Amino acid sequence: MAEIRNYTMNFGPQHPAAHGVLRLVLELDGEVVERADPHIGLLHRATEKLAENKTFLQAVPYMDRLDYVSMMSNEHAYVMAIEKLLGLEVPLRAKYIRTLFDEITRILNHLLWVGAHGLDLGAMTMFIYAFREREDLMDCYEAVSGARLHAAYYRPGGVYRDLPDSMPLYEASKIHNQKAVDELNANRRGSLLDFIEDFTRRFPGCVDEYENLLTENRIWKQRTVGIGVVSPERALALGFTGPMLRGSGVEWDLRKKQPYAAYDRVEFDIPVGTNGDTYDRYLVRMEEMRQSNRIIQQCVDWLRANPGPVISDNHKVAPPSREAMKTNMEELIHHFKLFSEGMHVPEGEAYAAVEHPKGEFGIYLVSDGANKPYRLKIRAPGFAHLMAMDEMARGHMIADVVALMGTMDIVFGEIDR
Amino acid sequence: MSLEKLSLCLKDALGDRLVSLTERLGEATLEVPAERLREAMLVLRDREGLRFEQLIDLCGMDYSAYGNGNGESKWQGQRFGSDVTPGGLVSTETRSPRFAVVYHLLSVKNNQRVRVRAFAPDDDLPLVATVTDIWPVANWFEREAFDLYGIVFEGHPDLRRLLTDYGFIGHPFRKDFPLSGNVEVRYDPEQGRVIYQPVTIPPREITPRIVREENYGG
Repeated sequence: MAEIRNYTMNFGPQHPAAHGVLRLVLELDGEVVERADPHIGLLHRATEKLAENKTFLQAVPYMDRLDYVSMMSNEHAYVMAIEKLLGLEVPLRAKYIRTLFDEITRILNHLLWVGAHGLDLGAMTMFIYAFREREDLMDCYEAVSGARLHAAYYRPGGVYRDLPDSMPLYEASKIHNQKAVDELNANRRGSLLDFIEDFTRRFPGCVDEYENLLTENRIWKQRTVGIGVVSPERALALGFTGPMLRGSGVEWDLRKKQPYAAYDRVEFDIPVGTNGDTYDRYLVRMEEMRQSNRIIQQCVDWLRANPGPVISDNHKVAPPSREAMKTNMEELIHHFKLFSEGMHVPEGEAYAAVEHPKGEFGIYLVSDGANKPYRLKIRAPGFAHLMAMDEMARGHMIADVVALMGTMDIVFGEIDR
Repeated sequence: MSLEKLSLCLKDALGDRLVSLTERLGEATLEVPAERLREAMLVLRDREGLRFEQLIDLCGMDYSAYGNGNGESKWQGQRFGSDVTPGGLVSTETRSPRFAVVYHLLSVKNNQRVRVRAFAPDDDLPLVATVTDIWPVANWFEREAFDLYGIVFEGHPDLRRLLTDYGFIGHPFRKDFPLSGNVEVRYDPEQGRVIYQPVTIPPREITPRIVREENYGG
């Protein structure tokens, strides 16, 4: 009889399936995981402490860098916390724009997730398909904010500017001749809303394409069905939120239960899983993309019909227009004070949460009346999910750890903060 | 459930375990004494009508620089205009412990939230009981608060540092910890290895931190 020994194995921090920098210490009995101990913090940048040393406005771009695949959702929670403390009313059009871009962000996030999850489990094509659609959505980000990823588009009181009337066009080059460029530009002739509408018409077909590749795929099902099963009670106790919680069959979505922005004005459904395994969570996220598409369509229709201001006219919080600033003394003072000293947020504490693509993303903001936050706590959904890795991985094979990491939709920017 | 009903329910359920209850900006904030934290948390989780089955967030707080940190506007524990002090525990007495732990609870069943704050009585060894057995998710949150603020959670099964580097010294989110840290890392060509040395960059503050008086600037 051979002697049986447990192995301790180190997974990461540099590993293609570690989704960034995760060091996972695995205790193995053969190929079966006995204990998993994730070591995090390799991407810790002390965002919360940095924000305590910056004015409220200067901390907005830090939010993009938390979960760097769903940038605007992070900003949304942050500006909501400030608005709550200020008691600031946001124009309705800004609320719709935020809803529109939250859902674009959700699709962006889920596309990256389905691509990377597929890649981890051997479905190479998914990654390429998903990035094809991501490109269009990042063009929307770019058109509206000038940046493809780190947008800094949401501001306390609204959004930075209104949606543009034109999309940037491709120009002919050595790689693309005029004819090819005309094809590329075909859906970019109108405004940003036209471009988004064109996307929403195509996108359900794209999701069908992904589902054709995966949903009934024998290998995909073998790798995901029955992996990482979490009961609804356990999911709640483990602090799961978002698709992780809904995959376990708990119907909980902040967009419906505690509506913010314009979510109480649009129609959509919440998909819920039944078995609480990796496959169900996959199905939930796929359906969420279709629902997001629905919300985007409704927002586009509303935004077309209802022009209006997109940022609050309280110039203690939001900057005055460029023209007003150049011609009016008072507005000049407002502008100067806002961008030098920054806004003062009344003393108090507030917690604002949004339904981030990964779960509940919350900002707990404490202000002592200064021009900087006294304390900013970021509640990252992935943090609670990754903590459950130990419990979910126990008894599974080592290859399933990769599937679990995919199903948690881990991004280290938000976990390490 | 409306906020008023929730506060009535909370007062009823917690009784003398409640130091104060504040309703502000549509959020209910409880303060409970650290020594009775666990029993209060169990009531919050299990009592019908409360049922906070989810611990959404747990974070450490360092109140030492509150206001301008000059002591005159120091955190009093009662500054948020609390109106309820059952048992009259701390109604008049002013106290300002430095460290607190703030819990955010969510009830999926009743769709309500509550914030619970517990001050650690001792500033030199901030000690708060663990809630890991009440909500398993607290495990990492408590490790994080220990790492960043040095708050010790009594009864935690595995209180190790979480976010900072292996062998890190100090608790970086305390208000007296400099933003640029105390040590920096560089490669030393002479010794042929990476060495730690005291930071060489001077601390700087581009925009000063200012608390203005009420109604400043109209």
